[in-house]
This record gives sequence, structure tokens and C-alpha cells, in this order.
Amino acid sequence: MNILLIGATSAIAKAVSRLYAERNARLFLIARNEARLKVLADDLTVRGAQSVDFHVMDLADTENHANAVSNAKSALENIDLALICHGSLPDQETCESDFEQAAQEIKVNGLSVISLCTEISKLLKEKKSGTIAVITSVAGDRGRQSNFIYGASKSMVSTYLQGLRGKLLPHDVHILDIRPGLVDSPMTAGLEKGVLWSSPESIATKIVNSIDKKKHTVYVPGYWRIIMATVRSIPEVLFKRMKF
Amino acid sequence: MQLHGWGRFPRKDANLLEPSSPESFLEIVSEKEIAGSLIARGAGRSYGDSALADTVLSSRFLDSFLEINSTNDTIRCGAGVSMDTLLKVVIPYGLFLPVLPGTKYVSVGGAIAADIHGKNHHQDGSFCDHVERFSLLLSSGKTIECSPTENKDAFCATCGGMGLTGVILEVTLKLEKVPSVTIQRKSIPAANLEECMDLIEENEESKHSVAWVDCLAKGEELGRSVLHLAEHSQIGTKEYRSRKGPSIPFSTPSFLINKFTTQLFNNSLYKLRKQTAKRRSVNYDAYFFPLDNIRNWNRLYGGKGFIQYQLVLPLETARSGLREIIDRVSESGKGSFISVLKKFGNKNENLLSFPIAGYTLTLDFKNEKKVFPLLKQLDEIVLANKGRLYLAKDSRMSEDVFKSSYLSWEKFLEIKTELDPECRFASLQSTRLGLT
Ligand SMILES: Cc1cc2nc3c(=O)[nH]c(=O)nc-3n(C[C@H](O)[C@H](O)[C@H](O)COP(=O)(O)OP(=O)(O)OC[C@H]3O[C@@H](n4cnc5c(N)ncnc54)[C@H](O)[C@@H]3O)c2cc1C
Ligand SMILES: NC(=O)c1ccc[n+]([C@@H]2O[C@H](COP(=O)([O-])OP(=O)(O)OC[C@H]3O[C@@H](n4cnc5c(N)ncnc54)[C@H](OP(=O)(O)O)[C@@H]3O)[C@@H](O)[C@H]2O)c1
Repeated sequence: MNILLIGATSAIAKAVSRLYAERNARLFLIARNEARLKVLADDLTVRGAQSVDFHVMDLADTENHANAVSNAKSALENIDLALICHGSLPDQETCESDFEQAAQEIKVNGLSVISLCTEISKLLKEKKSGTIAVITSVAGDRGRQSNFIYGASKSMVSTYLQGLRGKLLPHDVHILDIRPGLVDSPMTAGLEKGVLWSSPESIATKIVNSIDKKKHTVYVPGYWRIIMATVRSIPEVLFKRMKF
Repeated sequence: MQLHGWGRFPRKDANLLEPSSPESFLEIVSEKEIAGSLIARGAGRSYGDSALADTVLSSRFLDSFLEINSTNDTIRCGAGVSMDTLLKVVIPYGLFLPVLPGTKYVSVGGAIAADIHGKNHHQDGSFCDHVERFSLLLSSGKTIECSPTENKDAFCATCGGMGLTGVILEVTLKLEKVPSVTIQRKSIPAANLEECMDLIEENEESKHSVAWVDCLAKGEELGRSVLHLAEHSQIGTKEYRSRKGPSIPFSTPSFLINKFTTQLFNNSLYKLRKQTAKRRSVNYDAYFFPLDNIRNWNRLYGGKGFIQYQLVLPLETARSGLREIIDRVSESGKGSFISVLKKFGNKNENLLSFPIAGYTLTLDFKNEKKVFPLLKQLDEIVLANKGRLYLAKDSRMSEDVFKSSYLSWEKFLEIKTELDPECRFASLQSTRLGLT
């Protein structure tokens, strides 16, 4: 299997990439920290990957996306799976008073993903197969006071993926929207962890399963589907008063 | 955040940091602002307070492999890699870890810091005897390479040094070639302690040897046990395997582990083993890590946790000393779930390593007031018999007991002071033991 991993040094992506390394996949990694990419590439090789190449870039630089994806294509020849994992958890307060900051966050979490999907879709359409899987978030399911710039960016991506799924159906390209709940990763380092938290490793197993099974939208772990259905069902009159 | 070891006692509110790379470890350690004690933590499988301090540095993200060399059978990895993950990677190469503890969830760093032993200590020594080298981050922010030939003092103080010399970052391990990972097990029941120890001596050529002892049996049956011997099978599977059994979701009320249930458990265990007193092929996972099949089994001891007490007595005193100890425990009726008896080979040069030539016995006790006086009595028997207690299990030993049994402690402290002059690395345990 030939896999393009974007935001490869994220804790979740790292855990996913290790599962594919065990399956002897060929991997192409994109992330912005070269030193950590090198470490990951060696790690994946020891764990069984057939080949590992990487490309260093800041994913907010959308103008370089075409080039990065084409590098991946030349290294892998064929892309069977592209998994987009990068993201950033912004400080909501700052984003509310500083639009530049908000725009940057929307770019990283939202626009950059759409730009990457645009480039990858072109290749997969041509090849008439493959999967694009994107990590969005349960935060996109409803705009909460504490987190709505992040949530809005993620829901933009989810909505985009719904449309893209239909558009690429005739080309046999599969689209997966992955919505994790709370994951104990560097992104959430400062937060107190409770029972609803999952490890990146357990999330990764569920992601790989969902890709194998060609699911459309998955909540990981599954119980988040119920939690979010409940959150979505709260009447707006009440919800607007909720500070969580 | 509240942290504790595997025994869930004691607990400490600590600042838990999870640096994502060796560089971020360096940044944190160099940052003099971090007040109070600082200690590394691996998988938290030590039972007591050795990985507890004001600030705790988790090796969780030091979980990368750097290289596997199948020509000279070595592997290089971060200190946070677990035995389980290592096995997953090396088994397909026909390789295996030369020393394994009773759980696959310990980290390489923790295995070095406690210089852990396996069921094959009498033949293969302890974990650090198979460590080729490691890098050690010192409190100065400098990283040094340690091996039995390079910075030997630091090597001998760090192996078994319970994290007090610095943070182990990257490790090179020597692996063992094995014909398969299927284990040929032979179980022999023994009517009492004497018989068990005779059997152990008679079967010294067996690679793995460990006895499960019923510490509640009295009189004639004192120390009745089952000896498990094992070898790697010449023909068998070369596949990694990891059972994932049920998990105990929360602390159960501790009355579940009272005298009655413990006795019941020990009795049935003895009978069960008795029936299988012959050769059997088992998977390595089931043989080496029987307890891993029930995740979080430590919660069975209730909210207050438990204490594991592991002692070793030298060969000269082992027979009478062990008899006295088991006698005392069986009399108290506070016996443990599982008691394990094993013979150690010779000691190595590491300053605080636990194993010495002799017999080691491991006992579990529910954490309750009445247990502490009993353990004090056991301490006295251990000291009188020139034995010592294992630091990786300890949560309560006194400074006196420690210093009169670990005779190299002064030499250790000398080297620690050289490596860590401001004594930034300290744990609840090291303070209790008068090392920091
Ligand atoms: C079910 C069970 C069975 C066991 N069986 C055995 C056995 O058969 N034989 C045996 O010898 N032990 C056994 N143990 C004990 C265990 O092997 C040791 O306690 C080991 O140290 C645990 O490793 P850890 O990664 O969990 O370390 P932790 O418990 O997190 O830490 C233990 C010590 O290692 C230090 N440390 C951890 N990582 C680093 C690092 N990167 N750099 C410097 N210091 C570090 C810590 O500071 C601390 O002092 C068993 C434990 C359990 C729970
Ligand atoms: N953790 C959670 O609770 C949670 C919940 C729901 C969804 N998610 C989503 O899951 C995905 C993975 O996150 P994680 O939990 O694994 O956290 P993580 O380890 O912090 O991963 C986030 C990754 O995004 C990368 N990144 C951010 N901005 C970038 C940029 N401009 N260019 C390149 N890379 C950039 C980061 O790179 P650096 O390492 O170089 O900083 C980091 O590797 C994210 O999309 C996140 O939104 C997480």
C-alpha cells in the first residue's frame, strides 16, 4: 500500500503510520519539523515500512501544496491513501479579538486541508481509485463558546468532504471524515485528562479500521457519535447559555 | 496531577511533563526555574515511589526506534519504548529480548533504571548485562554516552540507579537469537519449601525457572509450590503475539482481597498447576506475562492500593531465612495473591542493582495499617540474613534498612554527586532512603 501522510509528526498520525509500517507499506511523510521527520522515518523503517520518504514544509503555505503532492506522487508512484492529520488548537480568546490570528487558524485547520484535497483529488481521479481520509473533529459538530474558531474550521472541512465524496464517487475515490473526541496528545498537553480521553494509539487502530472498511464519517471512539448527537439536540435557547 | 506507581500507594500531586523529543527534555532540564525535585518516569510499573517527584518527566514520547542491526543482533531505540513494542519488532527477525520482567508494559528506561531481572537470571544475568550503551541527559544539560567501557562509573550508577543520575534517552540493546517464541514449559509441584528449593537446584540447567509459592500453607506444607521451568522450543512459531484480556475498570472494594479469597485463589492455583505437572507448549506471551491478561489488575486491591515486598537472601542464609519469612507471613494470615520464588545467579558491578547470588521472594500485601509492623519484622529477618529489598518494588523501606543492606550506596552517592552536583534528580524514594 502506498500512503501519503500529511502532518505526519502529529501524535495521531505517528500512531497510524506505525500501524501501516507493520503492514510493510510504502510511506511518504509531510510535516514542518525536519528533525522529527527524520526520527519518524527511521522509526517506521525499523517497524517494517517498505520505504519511507519525506518532504518538509509549513502546511499553511498553500501555494507549495501542488509541489509537495507531486513529490509524493513521484516517490510513491501511486497514492492509495492520503491521510491529512495536521491541525492546531488555537486560543479562542485571542482569535476573538485578533482577526489576523483567527484567519491564520482557519487557514491551517480549514483552507490548507481543502487546498491539499484539491491537489490529491486530481491524482486519484486520474487513477480512478484511492482514499482521502481527513482528521476533522467533534468540535465541528456544533459551535461552542470556548472553541468556535477551531470548530468552524473543522466543520468547513467536514461540509467540504461531504460534497467531495459525491463528486468523486464516479471516479471510485473514497472519502473518509474522521472525527476524534478527546485525545491525549501534545495538542492537549496542558489539559486535565478524564475518562472520556483516548490515547493516540487506540484512535489510530480505529482510524485504520475505518479506512479498511471504507466508512464515510466516523466518530472515534464510537461513543462520541452519541455524545455529539446529544450536544446537537440541545435547543439553541439553552445552548447559547452554555459556556463549555 | 495525582500520580502513583503500580501499587497505587503512595500518591503524589506532581507536575507531569511529557516532552515530545530529546531536545525538549534538554530544554526542561536546563531550565533552572523548575523548583523542587525532578525525576524521569517510564511506564509507571514500579510499585512504589521511585518515579514520583515534584516534577515528573515522562519518557512516553521517547518511543522511536533508531536502528535494528540484524547482523550483530542489536537494536537502538528511545528509552520510552516498551518491551511489548520491542518484541513486536524483533520477533520477526528471529530475535528476542534476553531479559524480560513479569509484565511486557515496562519501558526500556525503567528496565535499565531498576536493572530488572527475568526468570533466567541464574543463566543470563540482569537487563543491564545486555545493554551495550545509552545516552544520559545530565542536570547540566549535557548528554553523555555510557557503556561498560565509556563513562563506566556513570554506567554502573545509572544501571539500577532508579533515575537519580539523569534521564536515559537512547539505548542500544543486544538481542538474543531464538529458534522460536514457543515456550516448552514443565511444571513440577513441590510439597513444601525444602522440596521446592531442591527442585530449583536440580534444574539449574533449565533456562527459565520460577516457582509460585502458596505463602498461607503452614506446618508440613509450608512453602508448598509449583516450579515452572521453560525453554524456547526448537520448533514453533516466530510470530509476535499480544493477548488483550479484560480490564478492571475501577478500584474494587478491597474486602475482595481478604484472607478467604486469597486462600481460595492460592489453593485453586496449586491444584490447577498440579494437574499440569508435565511438559506443555505455550505461547511466550502467556508464559512470561500471565498477569498482563487482566489489565489494571492492581485495582483489585482497592482504593488504598497495595505493597509489593521483594527480598533476596544470599545462598548461605536462604534456606533458613526464607523458612522464617514464609512462616511469619503464613502466621499473620496476610499472605499475598501470588508469591514468587526464584534463584538468582551472581551479582554484577552496578552499584544499586538488586540481584545477588541467592534466592528472591516476592510477596504482595494489601495496604492496611496492620501490614506495616509485619513488614518491619520481615525487614529485620532480611537484614539478619544479609539480604536486601528491591527498590523497584519498595515504597516504605527505612533509610537504615537501605543503607545497611546496599553497601555500595556511598560509592553511588559519590558518582551521583559528580553527575548531578545540585542534586536536581530526586524522587520520594531517594529522599526517604537518604540519598537526596
Ligand atoms: C506485573 C509486574 C511484574 C513485574 N515483574 C518484574 C520482574 O519479573 N523482574 C523485575 O526486575 N521487575 C519486575 N517488575 C518491576 C518493573 O520491571 C520495574 O519497576 C521497572 O523499573 C518498571 O519500568 P517502568 O518503565 O514502568 O518505570 P517507572 O515505574 O516509570 O520508573 C521506575 C524507575 O525508573 C526510572 N526511570 C524510568 N525511565 C527512566 C529514564 N528514561 N531515565 C532514567 N530513569 C528512568 C524512574 O525514575 C524510576 O526510578 C514488575 C512490575 C509489574 C507491575
Ligand atoms: N487531540 C485531540 O483531542 C483532538 C481532538 C479532535 C481532533 N483532533 C485533530 O487531530 C489531528 C491530529 O492532532 P493530534 O491530536 O495528533 O495533535 P498534535 O500531535 O499536536 O498534532 C498536530 C500536528 O499538526 C501540525 N501542524 C500544525 N500547524 C502546522 C503547519 N502550519 N504546518 C505543518 N504542520 C502543522 C503540528 O506540527 P508540529 O509538530 O511541527 O507542531 C502537529 O504535528 C489534528 O487535526 C487535530 O485537530 C485532535
